[in-house]
Amino acid sequence: MITYIIRRLIQAVFILLILTFVVYGVMRLVPGDPLLMYMDATDIEALSPEALEKARAELGLDKNLAHQYVIWLGDVFQGDWGKSFHYKTPVLELIGERFPITTHLAVVSFFFSTIIGITLGIIAAVRRGKWADTVATLMANTAITIPIFWLGLILILLFGLYFEILPTAGYTSPTEDFWLSTQKIIMPCICLMIGSLGANARLTRTSMLEVIRQDYIRTAWSKGLKERAIILKHALKNSLIPVVTVMGLQVRFIFGGAVLVERVFAIPGMGRLLVDAVIGKDFLVVQGCVLVIGIIVVMVNLLVDISYGWLDPRVRFE
Amino acid sequence: MVGRRKRQEKFVESRPQESGLRRFIRVFIGRKIVLFGLIVLLMFILLAIFADIIAPYDPYEINLDESLVSPAGSHLLGTDINGRDILSRLIHAVRPTLQVGFATICFAITAGTILGLIAGYFGGWVHMVIMRIMDALMGFPMILLALVIAAVLGGGLNNVIIALSIAMIPGPARVMCAQTMSIKENDYVIAGRSLGFTNSRLMFSHIVPNAFPPMIILATMNIGMVILMEAGLSFLGIGIEAPKAAWGSMVSAGQNYLRTHPWMSLPPGLAIMLIVFSLNMVGDGLRDALDPRLRGTL
Repeated sequence: MITYIIRRLIQAVFILLILTFVVYGVMRLVPGDPLLMYMDATDIEALSPEALEKARAELGLDKNLAHQYVIWLGDVFQGDWGKSFHYKTPVLELIGERFPITTHLAVVSFFFSTIIGITLGIIAAVRRGKWADTVATLMANTAITIPIFWLGLILILLFGLYFEILPTAGYTSPTEDFWLSTQKIIMPCICLMIGSLGANARLTRTSMLEVIRQDYIRTAWSKGLKERAIILKHALKNSLIPVVTVMGLQVRFIFGGAVLVERVFAIPGMGRLLVDAVIGKDFLVVQGCVLVIGIIVVMVNLLVDISYGWLDPRVRFE
Repeated sequence: MVGRRKRQEKFVESRPQESGLRRFIRVFIGRKIVLFGLIVLLMFILLAIFADIIAPYDPYEINLDESLVSPAGSHLLGTDINGRDILSRLIHAVRPTLQVGFATICFAITAGTILGLIAGYFGGWVHMVIMRIMDALMGFPMILLALVIAAVLGGGLNNVIIALSIAMIPGPARVMCAQTMSIKENDYVIAGRSLGFTNSRLMFSHIVPNAFPPMIILATMNIGMVILMEAGLSFLGIGIEAPKAAWGSMVSAGQNYLRTHPWMSLPPGLAIMLIVFSLNMVGDGLRDALDPRLRGTL
């Protein structure tokens, strides 16, 4: 088990190295002077040719791509993630400000999409063919087709502008004002979780239908156990295996969705930061965000793989 | 319950053999919802082809006198800030949407098939290098990857297709790699190799055709997702470039007028939902009809 985790951690490091190198390379494909990624065009024009040369040498732009990447990596390990030329502040500081906001949204969305999605899936499977199944399945199928940015606008229109019961934009930290913070994240979280919720419900339903056909479930019925005990104790754990498998993917979707949702609700999170940085070619900020999001997704996937052993003791870590 | 299943299976066995194509058609359009999806999809395709004839106005014609007209007789869905007819723009956006969806899936499936095939067939370090790169790309939100690439390439229809294709490659590559690894152990591949067939002949005329059904299923299941991502990119302003009509950017344009003119954002979003829903349903139908594991049960 320990050796398995260590091996997976080493793999994770490699994955992150490849990911950041690919993004590094892609960002450097931008036509034009690479110096533009570190400075504003107006700042560059103000410099003399000698000063320009010096600036290039300082940033390592006179060396080849791989060399530059290694330098960036070395700096990152030493805690120097570079400086955003747009915000004029260190990247690490920027991410430190924005990261908790997106994480707050992501954790709440992830929690509710899992709970509600699995519950819907169980109801649909247990009441297969009944109206509850039809409603749950229809909801799940609709959930995976909604463009989340559009859903955001609908929610704003409905709850923000028409009923006027929820604030339509911005973010407040829960430590500052818990009630206001909760009100503000309700709509963004609904948007973020809708896709995962649908996927979880569909998957739980399929997997549950498979499990409740098994012999040990029939045995449980014939022992005279209550339906509740059979479904929640015997069937659920086994039907969760495929659902847990895709949880790693759900985290990807939630962080991807954050880009759109934070734009709709004007939330100053990582998604907004990344989009602005990508459009503004604020290279080091993009690299930093990619690294942080990459680490989160890789770590969640590792946790998912380890949790298999608990859900399914037949799984051996090799 | 169990008894009834058994009887059903017997009934299937005793039914006369039907040809592959007939079974395909029967299973494919057997479910009403799939048939509905297919009809909606065909309607969208017709709209894409005959957009110029069907659309009541020129989607690009700016007419500031008619800015932000409410839905009424002459403009069924109203007009936007530039006085352009929203219904016409909606209709003209079908074509780029379908283009992006189908082209992206074709590229991603082709590239993924080739990469997965090479990785699975040769194994060893080739497998390791290719699949680790795919793992790395998979370890990142697809839309963010597409966002970075599209921003670098600089928007526009073709660049959006390239960006989304690259973001979509890992999925098909993984499926194809797993397929190849299991198919290459089959006797007919080993027999072919002992007959001295070249690697490319074994790969392309023996392995690829046998791995194809899952790839088709994957393609149809993912095309809706591609369209949603394209809409997302356009919404962020990095997708199909203005003044070309795209549903995502139409939703975004309406956001500022949400309180006073909600009709600007609502129809494009509904259109996205409808097209993704129809594609998902057609994908479900194709899966039921093509998946060999379901044969004999449907």
